[in-house]
Amino acid sequence: MISRGQKIFIGVNYVFFIILSVVCLFPLIHILAISFSSSAAATSGLVTFWPVDFTLKSYDYILNKPEFFNSMFISFKRLVLGSAISLVLCLTIAYPLSKETKAFRMRTIYAWIFVFTILFSGGLIPGYMLVRSLGMLDTIWALVIPPAVNVFNVVLMLNFFRALPKELEESAFMDGAGHWTTLWKIYFPLSLPSIATVTLFTMVFHWNSWFDGMIFMNQVSNYPLSTYLQNVITSGSIISTSLTNLNDLKDISDRTAKAAQIFIGTFPILLVYPFLQRFFIKGIVLGSVKE
Amino acid sequence: MKILPFLIQGIRIRTEEQVMKTSKLKAELPLHLLILPGLILVIVFSYVPMLGLVMAFQKFVPALGISGSKWIGWDNFKYLIAMPNMGQVIWNTVYIAIMKIIAGIIVPITLAILLNEIIHERFKKLIQTIIYLPHFLSWVILGGILIDILSPNTGIVNQLIKALGFEPIFFLGDNKWFPITVVITDQWKEMGFNTIVYLAAITGINPSLYEAAKLDGASRLRQTWHVTLPGMRPIIILLVTLSLGQVLNAGFDQIFNLYSPVVYESGDIIDTLVYRLGLVDAQYAVATAVGMFKSVISLGLISLSYWLAYRFANYRIF
Repeated sequence: MISRGQKIFIGVNYVFFIILSVVCLFPLIHILAISFSSSAAATSGLVTFWPVDFTLKSYDYILNKPEFFNSMFISFKRLVLGSAISLVLCLTIAYPLSKETKAFRMRTIYAWIFVFTILFSGGLIPGYMLVRSLGMLDTIWALVIPPAVNVFNVVLMLNFFRALPKELEESAFMDGAGHWTTLWKIYFPLSLPSIATVTLFTMVFHWNSWFDGMIFMNQVSNYPLSTYLQNVITSGSIISTSLTNLNDLKDISDRTAKAAQIFIGTFPILLVYPFLQRFFIKGIVLGSVKE
Repeated sequence: MKILPFLIQGIRIRTEEQVMKTSKLKAELPLHLLILPGLILVIVFSYVPMLGLVMAFQKFVPALGISGSKWIGWDNFKYLIAMPNMGQVIWNTVYIAIMKIIAGIIVPITLAILLNEIIHERFKKLIQTIIYLPHFLSWVILGGILIDILSPNTGIVNQLIKALGFEPIFFLGDNKWFPITVVITDQWKEMGFNTIVYLAAITGINPSLYEAAKLDGASRLRQTWHVTLPGMRPIIILLVTLSLGQVLNAGFDQIFNLYSPVVYESGDIIDTLVYRLGLVDAQYAVATAVGMFKSVISLGLISLSYWLAYRFANYRIF
C-alpha cells in the first residue's frame, strides 16, 4: 500500500520533529544543567545536557537571599489577587454582553466600548502618568488593577456563554431567578472549563509580567519576581561584590547563579503546564475560530 | 357617554405601554449594574490615557500637569522628524515586524501540515507538548537563556560553531545578525502555539474529500496540495489579514530583553524608543508623540484589517 517514497517521507518527518523538539527544549535543559554545575565547569564549556561537578551552591546562594523570597511573595500576591479580580470582572462583563440585543438594548454600545480598547490605546506615557497620579506607584494595585479587564478573555467567555442552551436561562427566569442568581447559580458552574482557561491564562500573565513592575515600582523591594529577574539578568555582576567567602567563587559564578534564578522563575509555569495544556487548545480554538 | 370607555381604554393602553417600558428598564437594570465595575475600570485605565495623548501637542511640564502646560501645536512632531535616528527606528520596526509576520505564517502552516502526517497519536501529543511550552515563558526568562547560550565566548551555540571550525558569531551584538536572531527566536517561542489554529482547521476538513482524492489516485503530497491547503485557506486568509495590524509591533518585550546600545542601529524599535525617551530621559511629551504616531497608524491598519477580514472572510470579533 505505502510506496517507498512515502516511507522515506514518514521517516524523515519523524526525525524532523524529534530534532525540532530537541532544539526547542535544549536551551531550557542546558540552563538547568548549568545551574547545577560548578562555575569552573560552566566556564570551561563542559556542560551540555547534564550537570558537570554537580553542586547545589548556586541554589543555596539564591535561596538565602531575602530579596528573592520577597519578590516571589509579591509575585504570588499579585497572581492571586489579580486572577480573582480579573475573573469576577470577566464574568460580570461577559454575562450582559452575551445577551441578545433584544434583551439588552445597550449591548452593542457596551461591546464597542470594550473592543475599542484592543484597537487603540493611549500608550505607555499617559498610562504611566495616570497610575502615578492615582497614587498607585509602589503599591500592589498598580500591578493588579490596570490590567484587570482583559477583553480577549471577555470575548472568549461570552462566546462560551452564548453556546449554552437558551432554555437554561429561560427556565431559571420562569422559576423567578434574576440575572444575578442565573449568572452565579447556572452560568458559573456550567462554565468551569472556560473559567479554568481564563484563570490559567491570567495567572500565567501575572507570573510573567515584568514591565509594569519595572516602571511602577521605584523601590527594588517592591519588584515582583519577573521584574527582579529582569533586573538580575540584564545587570552585569550580581555575585562578585556580594560574596564574602572567596572559596565560593569556584562553585558559583554570575552565570550559574543567573541560570538557577531563571530556572526557579520557570518552575511554577512548568508546574501548571499540564493543566494549561489541557485547557488552552480548547480556549484558543473557541476564541478564534467560530462557526 | 359612549366615548368614555374608549378613552379609558386608550389610557389603559398607554399605561400598559409605559409599564412595559419601565419593566423592561427594570429587567435590564441588573445587566447594567453587572457591567458597571468593568466599564468604570476600562474608562479609567483605557480611555483616560487616550485623553492624555493631548500631551503630544504640549510643552509638557510635569509640575504644571496637562491643564497647566503650554500648547505648542505640532512642534513635538517636528522635533521627532528632525531626530537623526527616527527614520532608522521606523525602518527597524517595520522590517522586524514584517519578517516576523511572514515567518509566523509560513512556519506554523508547514508544521501543522507535517504534524498532521504523524500517525502515532502519543508521539504527536508529545511533540505538541514540547513545542507549545516556550509560549508560556516570558521574554525575561527566554532572554536570559538566549543571552547565555548565544554568548560569543562561553555560549554553547558558539562553542558548537567554533568546534565546526567557523568564526564565533555575536548574535546579539552584531547589527547584521540581531534582526535575524530576533525573528528566529520569536519563532522558537511562538511557532508551536501558532500551529493550534491551523491544526484545528485541518481537523475540520471533511474526510470524504481525502477519500475522493485517494480514489482518483492522488498521492499524499497531492492530497496536501489539493485538499489540505484549500481546506485551510479561509483561516490562512483571515490570519494574514489580521496580521496587517501588527506591522508596527516588532515585539517590545523580546527586543528590550535582548538588545543593547551596540545594536540600536538595527534593533531599536518605536516601542523601545518611547520607553527610553519617556521613562529614562523624562521627555514625556516627545515620547507621547512617538507613541501616538504608532497608535494612530496601528488603529488605521487594524481597522482596515478587520474590515477586510469582515468583507472577505466574514469575520466578526464578537
